[in-house]
Amino acid sequence: MTTTPTTQSVQLTVNGVARSGETENRKTLVDFLRDDLELTGTHVGCEHGVCGACTILLDGEPVRSCLMLAVQANGRSLETIEGLGSPDDLSPLQQAFRESHGFQCGFCTPGFVMTTVALLRENPDPSEAEIRHCLSGNLCRCTGYQSIVEGVKSAALALQAGENR
Amino acid sequence: MKLPPFEYRTPETVEETVELLGEFGDEAKILAGGQSLIPLLAMRLSRPAVVIDINNVNELNTISNGSGLSIGALTRHRTAERSALVQSSAPMLVAALGYVGHDAIRTRGTIGGSVAHADPAAELPTVLTALGGSVSATSARGTRSIAADDFFEGFLSTSLADDELLTAIQLPPRPDRSGWSFNEFSRRSGDFALVGVAVSIELDESGTVVDARIAMSGVAGEPTRAIEAETALRGNPAGPESFATAAAAAAAEINPSADLHGTTAYRKHLAGILVRKGLNEACDRAKGTR
Repeated sequence: MTTTPTTQSVQLTVNGVARSGETENRKTLVDFLRDDLELTGTHVGCEHGVCGACTILLDGEPVRSCLMLAVQANGRSLETIEGLGSPDDLSPLQQAFRESHGFQCGFCTPGFVMTTVALLRENPDPSEAEIRHCLSGNLCRCTGYQSIVEGVKSAALALQAGENR
Repeated sequence: MKLPPFEYRTPETVEETVELLGEFGDEAKILAGGQSLIPLLAMRLSRPAVVIDINNVNELNTISNGSGLSIGALTRHRTAERSALVQSSAPMLVAALGYVGHDAIRTRGTIGGSVAHADPAAELPTVLTALGGSVSATSARGTRSIAADDFFEGFLSTSLADDELLTAIQLPPRPDRSGWSFNEFSRRSGDFALVGVAVSIELDESGTVVDARIAMSGVAGEPTRAIEAETALRGNPAGPESFATAAAAAAAEINPSADLHGTTAYRKHLAGILVRKGLNEACDRAKGTR
């Protein structure tokens, strides 16, 4: 059997910034983001694609970053929670979540927020049923779902009112 | 939960892929969307020596319609769902895809991956069976077509050989006066079904059933045709009476395992309910009233 390297270099764009690193083939993308790129905003929960905490955008589409290898992100463009607002300057979506008390312990929050970013880009005026269906892939163990749904609704209104970001 | 070590290969053509499969055989696993394989690796239920990532094999990323619909194995669920060609040629598939996980699963998950993984509760194997579809399998030895009825061989098992790559699925054209339905019951949105039922029905001008194919998920180790129910329908008028008979036959001819999520009796009950509901919907579509 021929031997192949067990690590590879990865070059990718994260939130508009070119990044690179050397990673083991078997490392998941979420671990690479957190451990190698030190972007710990993306949380890692179940590690098998069920909880949605690690949801990020890959070339604009929501994906579970625990269900991709880091090496598969080579050449791709990612968006993570760090690409939205900062603590002093929240994005309209983060502001709406905050005002609706959509953050409780905060563990599931990055996944919910990034899932919502993708939802509102594709469907700027979702019905409550569409919001609930879309968010059904994310688990909140504080069970704060009502306030998260409210946050998405008011974020949609804010974005429609022109606070585009 | 961290993945076990493996050798990682990234072929760019089907030819290169099957060459690797020929070399490594059952030591290798194909990585497409990763929505089943990565969890299996994370839980160490699978420890392949070699992972062959086919995400760069662009020739597998196709949707075409000739004599029936052909969908390349690497086509993402979301791509298929959004395809006007799939929507018009295989609306049952689009409806079933809506039940596959969630958006963030379907953006990565692939048509070929779902079929090759052959989870007995999954949607796509059930659709392929109900529509009388087939898969294309390629190895260094050549390409063959395998009918859905001959492809699924029990829990997570198929008739693909160790050196074969599933390259596409084919769905036959929809006959005139035919209708379809796809329903499933799960405890939570996006979960695997406790029971799912796909129905394809064809009527004549008078409303008599010419042909019916009913496939159920979650009731055995593989997608299961309700043969007795199909037989009860053929040649009889489509309507409440024949549908009730068929639903009872479908529930009677299966013996699903009981587990944490439901007893045998409950799953049989669900199968009967979903078959009757599915026949009504499929019949309405065949008559153009839905």
